[in-house]
Amino acid sequence: MSHATGLQYLKKGVLPHMWCSGCGVGVMLGALVRSFEELGYERKDTVVVTGIGCTGKTDDYLVTNALHTTHGRALAYATGIKAFNPKLHVVVLMGDGDSVTIGGNHFLHAARRNMDLTAIIINNFNFGMTGGQFSGTTPADAITQTSIYGNAERQLDISALAELAGANYVARGTPYHVWELKTNIKEALSKKGFSVVEIYSPCPTHFGKNNKMKEATAMLQWLKESGLPVEKYNSLEKSARKGFFAVGKLVDREEPDFNTRYEEIRRRAMNLKV
Amino acid sequence: MELGRKVKLMQGNQAIVEGAFYAGARFYAGYPITPSSEIAEESAKRMPLLGGIYMQMEDEIASMAAIIGASLAGAKSFTATSGPGFSLMQENLGLAVMGEVPCVVINVQRSGPSTGLATKPAQSDVMQIRWGRHGDQSVIALCPASVSECFTLTVTAFNFAEKFRVPVILASDEVVGHMRENITIPSPGELAVAERKKPTGEPAAYKPFIADEDGVAPLASYGSDYVFHVSSSMHGPDGYSNNNPANAAWRVAQLHKKIEMHREEIIITKTFDTEDADILFIAFGATTRASRAAALELRKQGIRAGVLQLMTIWPFADKKIASLGERAKTVVVPEMNYSGQVAGEVQRILGAGADIRKVNSYNGEIITPQDILKAIL
Ligand SMILES: Cc1ncc(C[n+]2csc(CCOP(=O)(O)OP(=O)(O)O)c2C)c(N)n1
Ligand code: SF4
Repeated sequence: MSHATGLQYLKKGVLPHMWCSGCGVGVMLGALVRSFEELGYERKDTVVVTGIGCTGKTDDYLVTNALHTTHGRALAYATGIKAFNPKLHVVVLMGDGDSVTIGGNHFLHAARRNMDLTAIIINNFNFGMTGGQFSGTTPADAITQTSIYGNAERQLDISALAELAGANYVARGTPYHVWELKTNIKEALSKKGFSVVEIYSPCPTHFGKNNKMKEATAMLQWLKESGLPVEKYNSLEKSARKGFFAVGKLVDREEPDFNTRYEEIRRRAMNLKV
Repeated sequence: MELGRKVKLMQGNQAIVEGAFYAGARFYAGYPITPSSEIAEESAKRMPLLGGIYMQMEDEIASMAAIIGASLAGAKSFTATSGPGFSLMQENLGLAVMGEVPCVVINVQRSGPSTGLATKPAQSDVMQIRWGRHGDQSVIALCPASVSECFTLTVTAFNFAEKFRVPVILASDEVVGHMRENITIPSPGELAVAERKKPTGEPAAYKPFIADEDGVAPLASYGSDYVFHVSSSMHGPDGYSNNNPANAAWRVAQLHKKIEMHREEIIITKTFDTEDADILFIAFGATTRASRAAALELRKQGIRAGVLQLMTIWPFADKKIASLGERAKTVVVPEMNYSGQVAGEVQRILGAGADIRKVNSYNGEIITPQDILKAIL
């Protein structure tokens, strides 16, 4: 079987792309367009909504519908699109700054509402676009441009937050585990309700450079060594999990999404109406 | 009574919702705030029955974002808020300007600064409405002075939004929002309802930012055969990022020009006894009524007074004010703010030498005809 390339979703003449070598964003884009192809998505039925940041630049490479929004608010824009036209495939691409730092409120409520959106998050543990300052997912003690003595704050776990807030589907991937990543993106796209794919991702230019992983391969190496398949990770004693993280599908449930619930309530209202 | 026409006693806020539905609005997203909450409540009650969607978002930032998203999916969409919420909407309102996305934002003005007198009226957002966002941009803003104008100007707001691909701000105030009057709801078809221009050519050739002769580009909806990009970043005719300075200059100018081109249509005013007026009141929103009462009182005393009501506050009615102001000996501008936000504009037009009397209220109390008369006599 020939593999999907997803080239038909990419804009001609814009490559090479803007991302630094070793960056995870391009790998995500590749997995995304291949997923589109394998799922048979039509360009016209697909809307890619992006935030602001290195991840947020992705729409420039796509020939689907797109809305490039404001920093942190992509999910709220996507909510309006999906609520009004539930037939559209609405995919939201954000960084960790976008999704859970400035945009944390929207993330919580998109998950709670169970909007039928797919949020794909490049978590590179810092603000890439603005030069590598700490974000809500920067590990404690990590060095960034605004925490040169070490980060005083604690790290937010995006996947755990998504689960708690009510997402129907949550997976974590990395650019190293690229085939699994595509599988998870396809599952997320196919899932009705709010789905999240969190991608632990290298930013060699800033986070890597500041944290002894300057070479493009160093962060990949770290992702390879620390990312364990979910089953393996879960089989470890809690104390043995330190320094590792789970890769793969973390949450899969079937709660009704916002539009389904709204239609139920609409029917109730119509019946009440005399 | 004509078929379909209804006479109803209602509140200004309710009339706004009626106007929105008359205009075809089918998507509302908002976050409740006094004194605009009745708009949310009425929308929540009626939207499901009309086949539309009511969404209560997590804040006003999200509300503004959601109505833009829905509009690009093809909806006539709106939100309603007041002071603090309007402040939160500014950044995304700027995206609606930049991306040329039709939508309507209702700002039922209340007394500030900050949380201020949350239940009291004001007209202190005039300049925020005009200049509240970063980046130089033009907007359209309308001001109703009665319950029936709440209805008609809401329809107009949607029409302007659709025709010119812009966000339109309907700036009422607590007094107008909560007053109750009988209004006649026109039958369908009685008032013109505009729809956005859709693209018609070859889908592959569609460029969402190439304007027709009227200065406005057709707008497709997500999901149609016309695939398109909209961006908050500077973009070319195709909606993709574009950093070329010549392109940026063309885009920025176009956003201003399309409003400039249609000034005559957009600027709506009403005049009462202004032909021979020596004393000219320039009023908008709630202060219109007090001004008219004051003018009538002066006429009784043999003083020729008239009222110019600004139903459109942005763009500003420069020409109309220049022509009426030239004749008048004294111009009086009553407004519920400290600085004289509209008076300043009037001064700009009539010049430093003009006799302009400001009448201001900034304690949450309305301006009465007596307050106005005191300023003149
Ligand atoms: C309201 C607002 N505040 C700040 C910024 C500046 N800014 C642009 S991108 C960014 C952070 C990007 O980080 P992230 O979302 O993690 O994306 P990345 O660049 O790492 O992919 C910031 C702070 C902005 N554009 N808008
Ligand atoms: S700065 Fe970091 S996130 Fe941005 S493109 Fe470079 S590697 Fe990627």
